[in-house]
Amino acid sequence: MNLEEFVARFAEEFDETPAEQFKADTVFKSLDEWGSLTALSIIAMVDEEFEKRITGADLRSVNTIEELYNLVLTK
Amino acid sequence: MSYNPFSLEGKTILVTGASSGIGRGIAVECSKMGAKMVVTGRNVERLSETISMMEGEGHISIPVDLSQQEGIDNLVSQCPEINGVVHSAGIPQMCSVKHIDRKTIEEILNINTITPILLNTLLLKKKKLQKKSSIVLISSISGVTIGNVGEATYSTSKGALSGYTKSAAYEFAAQGTRVNCINPGLVPTRILELSNEMFSAEQLEETTKGRYPLKRYGKPEDIANGAIFLLSDASSWITGINLIIDGGYSVI
Repeated sequence: MNLEEFVARFAEEFDETPAEQFKADTVFKSLDEWGSLTALSIIAMVDEEFEKRITGADLRSVNTIEELYNLVLTK
Repeated sequence: MSYNPFSLEGKTILVTGASSGIGRGIAVECSKMGAKMVVTGRNVERLSETISMMEGEGHISIPVDLSQQEGIDNLVSQCPEINGVVHSAGIPQMCSVKHIDRKTIEEILNINTITPILLNTLLLKKKKLQKKSSIVLISSISGVTIGNVGEATYSTSKGALSGYTKSAAYEFAAQGTRVNCINPGLVPTRILELSNEMFSAEQLEETTKGRYPLKRYGKPEDIANGAIFLLSDASSWITGINLIIDGGYSVI
């Protein structure tokens, strides 16, 4: 999965925020819809797509979707 | 003064999930009230640690994996006749509704719901429960009085125990045996720490301050004291209830 696909997959986990708002440099924690439910969804999505386990601490350690993508790749 | 309706002297009590957390706390506290304990869990060493923390003599450890039918069968065949059982073995699970799949929900239902139900049935069939026994299931406030983000599968598994308890209490009453649930609020234990990497310690602390009127988490001893009450003759006219022990969480 490349970065562009990851951003699209990330966007799919959101119900209210329009997909076009998601870019590689989007600071996802500043989105209105970001919260415990979307965080859980992202953790589950990474597990499904990459078979890798990220934690809440991992999510807190990054700001943009691209940073998260890079972090997942290092796992 | 010897008067003590909460005494467990002369009773033999089985506790599942006794190798850590709430189960260990219950096993240790019940031993202090005079019970002879039968403890079970998967980890032999941690079960031995639990036994070393207990008071009194003659406690038995039966290490089995209760997630498999073979484990339930082995436990019941090795278990002496008992006067009470506390089903404390269980797992947490964080999963949003959108990501629940068959494997995920089957895993938690198997351990949290199906195992205690089948264990009760086998204890009954093999006549291991003496008359006027007490069965205690560790349910939760989640799924009974409250719900939370990411807890749909956990709530399902625990709510089902409270449902089971209502009808089972009716049937077990024929033998004078009582069936009750304890519904704890958040009790930080090793298993929770391992699974709950989702939240930082600060976030949990914040939740605690705001949501628990008694301003702290539960301790295993808080839950154990409820179990002692339900196992003892002090509760001999109580069956089919949910005993909520949550620092007031569910009153808000």
